[in-house]
Amino acid sequence: MTDVVIIGAGPAGLAAATSARALGAHVVLLDSADQLGGQYWRHLPTQRPSKHEAGLHHGWAKFQKLCADLVADPDCRILTQAQVWAITAAESSAGTGPASTGSATTGSACTGSAGTDPATTGASARNSAGSAASTTSAVPTVHVLVGEPDGVGRERLSFSPDAIVLANGAHDRALPFPGWDLPGVFTAGAAQALAKSERIAVGDRVLVAGAGPFLLPVAASLAQVGATVLGVLEANHMQRIISGWGKKPWQLIGAASKGAELAGYARNHIANRIPYLTGRGVVAAHGTERVTHVTTAKLDTGWAPIAGTEKTVAVDAVCIGHGFTPRLELAIAAGCALTAERFVRVDAHQRTTVPGVYAAGELTAIGGVDAALVEGTIAGHAAAGGHLSDPAMKSQVAKRITFSGFARRIEKAHGIRAMWPGWLTDDTIICRCEEVNYGAMCQTAQATESTGLRSLKLSTRAGLGLCQGRVCGRTVEELLACQTPGGLSDGVMTDRRPIAAPVRIADLAAAALPASPGRNSPQTASPSKPSRPTT
Amino acid sequence: MIDDVLVIGAGIVGAACARTFAAAGLQVTVVERGAAAGGTSAAGEGNLLLSDKQPGAELVLAQYSATLWPDTVADLTAELPGTFPSVEFEQKGGLVVATTEPGAQPLLDFAARQSDSGVDARPISTAEALVLEPDLNPAITAAVHYPEDSQVQPTIAAEALLASARVRGVRVITNTRVTGPILSASGDLVGVQTSKGDLHAGHVVIAAGPWSGEVAAALGVNLPVKPRRGMVLVTTRMPHRVFHKVYDADYVGATLSSDAALQTSSVVESTASGTVLIGSSRQQVGFDNRFDVHVLAEIAAKALRLFPFLAGMSVMRAYGGFRPFMPDHMPLIGADPRLPGLWHATGHEGAGIGLALGTADIITALMTGDQPPIDPTPYSPARDSLAPFLDSDDAARLSDASAATADDTADQAAVSGGAA
Ligand SMILES: Cc1cc2nc3c(=O)[nH]c(=O)nc-3n(C[C@H](O)[C@H](O)[C@H](O)COP(=O)(O)OP(=O)(O)OC[C@H]3O[C@@H](n4cnc5c(N)ncnc54)[C@H](O)[C@@H]3O)c2cc1C
Ligand SMILES: Cc1cc2nc3c(=O)[nH]c(=O)nc-3n(C[C@H](O)[C@H](O)[C@H](O)COP(=O)(O)OP(=O)(O)OC[C@H]3O[C@@H](n4cnc5c(N)ncnc54)[C@H](O)[C@@H]3O)c2cc1C
Repeated sequence: MTDVVIIGAGPAGLAAATSARALGAHVVLLDSADQLGGQYWRHLPTQRPSKHEAGLHHGWAKFQKLCADLVADPDCRILTQAQVWAITAAESSAGTGPASTGSATTGSACTGSAGTDPATTGASARNSAGSAASTTSAVPTVHVLVGEPDGVGRERLSFSPDAIVLANGAHDRALPFPGWDLPGVFTAGAAQALAKSERIAVGDRVLVAGAGPFLLPVAASLAQVGATVLGVLEANHMQRIISGWGKKPWQLIGAASKGAELAGYARNHIANRIPYLTGRGVVAAHGTERVTHVTTAKLDTGWAPIAGTEKTVAVDAVCIGHGFTPRLELAIAAGCALTAERFVRVDAHQRTTVPGVYAAGELTAIGGVDAALVEGTIAGHAAAGGHLSDPAMKSQVAKRITFSGFARRIEKAHGIRAMWPGWLTDDTIICRCEEVNYGAMCQTAQATESTGLRSLKLSTRAGLGLCQGRVCGRTVEELLACQTPGGLSDGVMTDRRPIAAPVRIADLAAAALPASPGRNSPQTASPSKPSRPTT
Repeated sequence: MIDDVLVIGAGIVGAACARTFAAAGLQVTVVERGAAAGGTSAAGEGNLLLSDKQPGAELVLAQYSATLWPDTVADLTAELPGTFPSVEFEQKGGLVVATTEPGAQPLLDFAARQSDSGVDARPISTAEALVLEPDLNPAITAAVHYPEDSQVQPTIAAEALLASARVRGVRVITNTRVTGPILSASGDLVGVQTSKGDLHAGHVVIAAGPWSGEVAAALGVNLPVKPRRGMVLVTTRMPHRVFHKVYDADYVGATLSSDAALQTSSVVESTASGTVLIGSSRQQVGFDNRFDVHVLAEIAAKALRLFPFLAGMSVMRAYGGFRPFMPDHMPLIGADPRLPGLWHATGHEGAGIGLALGTADIITALMTGDQPPIDPTPYSPARDSLAPFLDSDDAARLSDASAATADDTADQAAVSGGAA
């Protein structure tokens, strides 16, 4: 039987688990969160169920069914609070990590037929509480810590399956502006998460700003939990939005539910009297203890603020989202090639360039929940040894085409434009962990004349802190590239993080203890006592 | 344009050499295949150590270099704009301990021999060690304090030396790979071919770190410089609880050994920003950059032997690179007798940051015909200990190796991962 490890239990991962099980594969489904559902189906803790979930979530019934089936299935092992902290590439992909974006660097073909699919050989997923697995198969090893995120002595597992489905999603991106580090400034995703999983509104008078269609559901959730949403500011101009969304609308027919969903948000908007303004953004937040006012301004089509158009709005919270950054660290560690737009490169089977590794959902494009479900379904099917020509995949293939069109439209209509640094001031914090501001960062870059991101990160300290560039990485790269005449030249990416999440030294050291051979049930790695010198 | 000197590689060694060449009045170009300070000099730590060196020529070079750092840092500060980041030079001292009974006497003997060679090596009691490092595991069996050990931020130091070289008129060409030699009618090296055209110069200096063997092969000579991989762990920020460079005497053994297998030892130190660096491993695996959980685990386990409190701290990043390893453990500084016009400044293994300044002085003196500050013969490419490694079989091996590592910029990038 094929062993498939699925990382991430959002829409893509849940769909992948379901379709891999349909082909009889043995599935391990891992998610670092406490609950299944990912970013989309965030909900109250299961101990506090609510009758109203269905009203807060599109496709809630679908989610419940997906979960119920998987939870009841003995051949699907579900681990929550399971943080994948490293993926180690197998022998055969040595030295093929992508140096720069846009180049397929692994030699493996990704066009093979089902017969040559690497996902059909049968080493069994195993847990090694002792030693790091010395991998001989081509599929990478997945290293997991299970337990409370802050706990010491988390259970350490590692898996060397026949196939891996990466479905670890994206995080939302907020561009910095003066005052964005004040309490009361939230990312749209964080505000949404609080509304959905805690029924908490981040403020009474809230402004939502940034770019993209997913600002609408955030405004809707906020209104539902009692906030007064003063407006949604979309940085792009109506013309661009129309040209992105409006051409060949019949292509969206397959995405009808999507249309209905968005129309629902629009109705909600009108019902809640939430103004939707385009070509305007939040360019500064003010306050001492927390945000009390924001300055908004008209933006030109490149997102440069237009002088003289500023307005001050009294708020007690502001929610910002300018799009999403895929969580690429695991894919990069596995050796997967990326696209020029910096998503994981996949073929029609959702195969990455590394044999046995598949990717689905926001890792491959930002297409929303429906795209994630389709891609997950295909990835799980292929990872379990199935083929696209199988009857079960027929409708999925068609949907995949529709939704990849959807992702392109989102980018075309709402993607970040180059002139946004126009609203920065010298003292705007860029890297919050290391407290690096814009002026200091530019000065250092000018003084060193460096053209390499590796060196610039070390000399500016931007992106070196606890979040390891998850929050600021792309922004740091873009701003530093502006300081360098030919752009950055070393092909280094802030997305490369071989340690995907902080690990306690005791937990890491436990891996150095000799392996206990022959155990195939999960082992709890004891928090290692520092080994004393033999006195 | 014909330069007096062409330096291949803009790591710390190439930058330091270019700067002293220019100070001696030579016209210099540095050619770098990627970005400056993007190779090994951005993938390691910045320890300037005497403590790990046994008496001999490498120690002499380290001692000489140690005398240069304070003044050089002052000069750099004076020459460079106030906005230039600090090189974080700090003479914080080292504390070397033995953690086993059999390890105690060898450490004390080693320190005594270093003392005879002029190193300030002070054996201290456990109680004294605990005054220097209150959180140290008290179950140590011997301790030696080395007040002269110091550190810099290696990448910023490399950038600063290069910026200073620029101030002195050095031209720096990045994103340009050296691909072959330009030879005169008499067979002397008079320049190099690059990915962006030819560069002519009176002297060509290979300062290409672990890739020096590959560059030498491209220029037609073989050189037994091999990559020796190292990984370092970085913790999240914490209040300062480690005040010196603290390491287990095992480290000295690892440094001095040629063993290709994995060796780890822990050097634990805190940085100005509040993180603790725990390094590092030594492993000969070619330019294989794969992330190996077992290597990190061993480094972590050894660090806990020194500082048990680290158990509850978190590692947020791991990075590493490839040290330029010489089979006879001696840096290579001077003219190559096999190819007139060719010079080397490489092979510093795990000490290139510390040794860069001394190396630059020696090679500049040799090139300009001045008296070198210390005896250069132990580092000469013509030394006896190197001869066995310069045979033609080795040449063949090296050129194979270079073919296999054609994409090693990528490798380097992959290793250093989430930042350096
Ligand atoms: C504010 C906001 C509003 C949105 N509104 C809509 C909407 O109205 N309509 C719509 O179609 N889409 C919406 N989206 C997008 C939608 O949430 C995503 O398209 C969808 O969740 C993507 O599914 P996914 O499975 O790819 O990733 P996710 O849902 O993000 O799931 C990824 C999972 O991986 C886990 N994970 C990540 N890293 C690790 C690791 N190292 N180890 C273990 N687990 C890990 C995470 O915990 C997470 O559960 C919205 C998104 C946001 C942020
Ligand atoms: C984990 C680790 C820890 C370390 N810790 C310390 C320490 O604490 N103290 C210490 O002193 N040393 C330490 N070192 C060693 C030190 O980093 C090196 O000795 C030093 O950086 C070597 O510098 P370099 O200039 O010779 O090489 P590099 O910095 O590698 O520079 C060589 C340059 O040559 C370029 N190049 C290569 N091929 C070509 C070509 N064909 N054309 C043009 N350019 C080319 C490369 O791109 C590179 O930029 C450590 C090393 C590692 C890996």
